Amino acid sequence: MNLSLLILLPLLTAIAILLMRNATQVKWVSLAGATAQFILAFVLFFAFRNERASGNPAQMLFELQYNWFPSWGISFHLGVDGISVAMILLTAFVVIAGVLVSWNVTKMTKEFYFLLILLSLGAYGFFISLDLFILFFFLEIAVIPKYLLIGIWGSGKKEYSANKLALMLMGGSALVLVGLLGIYFSGGRSFDLLKLSQLDIPVQTQMICFPLLFVGFGVFTALFPFHTWVPDGHSSAPTAGSMFLAGISMKLGGYGCLRVATYIMPEGAREYATIIIVLSVIAILYGAFATMMQKDLKYINAYSSVSHCGFVLLGIGMLTKTSMTGAVMQMVSHGLMTALFFAVIGMIYERTHTRQVSEMGGLLKRMPFIGSVLFIVGLCSLGLPGLSGFVAEMTVFMGSWEHPDTFRRVATVLACLSIVVTAVYILRAVAKTAMGPLKEGFQNISDAGWNEKLAALILIAGIIAIGVAPFWLNDLVSPGAEIIMKKIAIPK
Amino acid sequence: MNEFFILMKHELIITFIIFLLLFIKIGTDLKNEVMLLVIQVLLLLNLIVGFFFNQEGVLFDGMYQTTAMIALQKNILNLGVYLISLLFTGWFKKTEHLPEFFMLLLSALLGMFFLISSGNLLMFFLSLELATIPVAAMANFDLEKKRSSEAAMKMILTSAFSSGILLFGISLIYGATGTISFAELPQHLDGSPLQVLAFVFLFTAFAFKLSIVPFHLWTADVYEGSPIAVTSFLSVISKGAVAFIFMSALYKVFQPMNAVWYNMVLILSITTMIIGNLFALRQQNIKRFLAFSSIAQVGFILVGISSNSIEGTSSVVYFILIYVFSNLAAFGVAAAISSQTGKETIDDYKGLYQTNPFLCWVLALALFSLAGIPPTAGFFGKLFLLTAGAAKGSYLFIGVAALNMIISLFYYLRVVRAMFMEKNEHPIEKINVHFSEKFALIICCAGIVLVGLLSWIYDYIRSLS
Repeated sequence: MNLSLLILLPLLTAIAILLMRNATQVKWVSLAGATAQFILAFVLFFAFRNERASGNPAQMLFELQYNWFPSWGISFHLGVDGISVAMILLTAFVVIAGVLVSWNVTKMTKEFYFLLILLSLGAYGFFISLDLFILFFFLEIAVIPKYLLIGIWGSGKKEYSANKLALMLMGGSALVLVGLLGIYFSGGRSFDLLKLSQLDIPVQTQMICFPLLFVGFGVFTALFPFHTWVPDGHSSAPTAGSMFLAGISMKLGGYGCLRVATYIMPEGAREYATIIIVLSVIAILYGAFATMMQKDLKYINAYSSVSHCGFVLLGIGMLTKTSMTGAVMQMVSHGLMTALFFAVIGMIYERTHTRQVSEMGGLLKRMPFIGSVLFIVGLCSLGLPGLSGFVAEMTVFMGSWEHPDTFRRVATVLACLSIVVTAVYILRAVAKTAMGPLKEGFQNISDAGWNEKLAALILIAGIIAIGVAPFWLNDLVSPGAEIIMKKIAIPK
Repeated sequence: MNEFFILMKHELIITFIIFLLLFIKIGTDLKNEVMLLVIQVLLLLNLIVGFFFNQEGVLFDGMYQTTAMIALQKNILNLGVYLISLLFTGWFKKTEHLPEFFMLLLSALLGMFFLISSGNLLMFFLSLELATIPVAAMANFDLEKKRSSEAAMKMILTSAFSSGILLFGISLIYGATGTISFAELPQHLDGSPLQVLAFVFLFTAFAFKLSIVPFHLWTADVYEGSPIAVTSFLSVISKGAVAFIFMSALYKVFQPMNAVWYNMVLILSITTMIIGNLFALRQQNIKRFLAFSSIAQVGFILVGISSNSIEGTSSVVYFILIYVFSNLAAFGVAAAISSQTGKETIDDYKGLYQTNPFLCWVLALALFSLAGIPPTAGFFGKLFLLTAGAAKGSYLFIGVAALNMIISLFYYLRVVRAMFMEKNEHPIEKINVHFSEKFALIICCAGIVLVGLLSWIYDYIRSLS
């Protein structure tokens, strides 16, 4: 399987969108493109499994390498392991759902879909690149589409949120850039991830570059205290924008922390693990308690995303194979779940024109489908067994508990506590919205249309597939986590 | 004799065009439209011929030198001038004395060619004057506008001042070393206090021309007052030329004093980036805005220059090539709007996307490139400058530069926000963009996208440096 297809396909879709004449054509072209991505992601998944089943032991499969700026040691180097495949599957799910949910966008439809597809291009490129330069390139490609999506199609204080998001993410990228340059010059002027991972980067460099890279990527994934763009950005973005932001874009950060910072600089990871754990526990608890105070559905999901993404960083910071597997599973699970949550919020808002929990009630009576989806996603969020959230969080906790020392145990217990809080805010919000007597003014609202149903079903299928049969995801991810762990475990 | 014609090909063609324009002006009575077409064709031919028959060599006892790299730098300037002749069609058609304008512009360009090729401080001084004085006359070209004369006056005074400082520096260098030839100077430089003093004077003159902080104060006023065509010439072509010679002077002539100038470049780079960016934050007029942003860009060029390596040379030349495309695209859009509506402030651009989507996308692309956002070429340009600069190991410096990229993104996004997001009761009406303007803008956009992605362009530049 040729990995460059994953970049070419969105690119061609984006170009095709530009050539279309009217909104209907644009939508169908985007849907066709997203479907093709979806199929391609599954083709990749099965090809990957076949390759592994036939005993290919290589760390990265389907590697491709083209010369690109050879004098700087930059090459267009692509390749995937299980972790990347999981992230690509996630991206494909969210993209197709996002395209479907945006079917009713009437304002500048062409530009809207163009930017969505461009954003997906950035995500695919990021997950498959094995060269830090192109990884950074794809990371930054995604910033401007996000900015424009929020600023043009958003609601509320959209300009403020768009600016805040763009600047904070650029700030993160700036840290990443300085960190990357540090690695580049101490690693024999190479940006190649695999080559760098074989080298022993001097401990002194690691002590400086690891925090730069980890915090830089951490900004993307709502590392406390750099999470402040998350609530504003998510709540102002249009539905598909929030889905992409929370579902894909925040995962870029988690993936970067794992693949770049932790993998290349194990010494740094061990040194700073304590701080990462402290910050992520703060994010988990703070996010959960902050959600309790929210009255707007989008803010509820945005703050709960801060909390849930804390688990990703906690899993990475715990530095065990299980916890890292859990971190990746949490990324996938949270991506699907939060995308679905934002999709449902968008559907509700389109019909009720409010997102305030207090103004809603009894929606289940008028919108059985949307109401049920809201329940499913709520239960997934609070970690009900059988859905993906439980599996992912459980894996993180199990991995964290492997450490015998008190500090990590306490951290794990504290993180576990957040589940109770999650249950409180989720159940309260979902119950107030969907159950009880039907509020005035909502008598004539309709249930989901075909596109919305399809989008929700696709995402629910993903959530249930992970929840009921987690082993396929585990088998996919854990060899990748093992390789990263092997490097960390070797004492110097 | 044959060698003379081939080595000085660039300069001779320009001289020929200047005289041709003079004869056309005197002998015929062409309308502006036809005249402009003739000029555009001549400049296109000039650009194309520039790529062929390039040889390396030295003329006039080392007064004049040319290499493949110098030829490339001249070609970049030629490209910029050709784009300028297309981009400002609207203004050119309205202006009186069109041939005179181009005679002045080409004289300045001729000066820059000699400047880049100079192999002797005397030659350097002469060509610098030739490159400056016509520009001051051009700045005055909006004859009925008071601000335009004010700009010309400011420009000529500051230039004269900096020339005085330069001459003083040159005389001190001659006193300290006994030579003014670029080839012989390095052997005589040992970093004695007198030499350092002379170097500081020389450096100051460069800083004036490049508008490096704290020698930037003339820039914004001159840029705002001049016609946009002149502003873009000043900020792109003129800066590019001076940056080229500045770099080669530091790398080749003042190489023995690297320890001295490294710190100077470092400090001035930081102040230039920070001050340029902070002032750009508050600008309302789009020309002033671009003026300050171009000051900040010079700060980035200095990061690359500080590296003192082959990577430094290639990344600076590469960045200037990208800068030509991006800045000219931004000025082109501003000119198209200003020449038809007279509106020049960022607030006027509110809601522009509703009426002029094409111009908005071009301007947005140009600004993203200036801000260094992928996939535009500006990303590659800035990243390579920073990478070259980081080779020296001062990460704090690179951190400051990276921080400045965020600040600059903030103000570039301000324009994007005004165009795409903010509402306006009375947005600027549909602008009628001339065909040649559109053509040039498309070339610029193609350049912005392709120069980065096609890596052989960088490799080619690097192979020459």
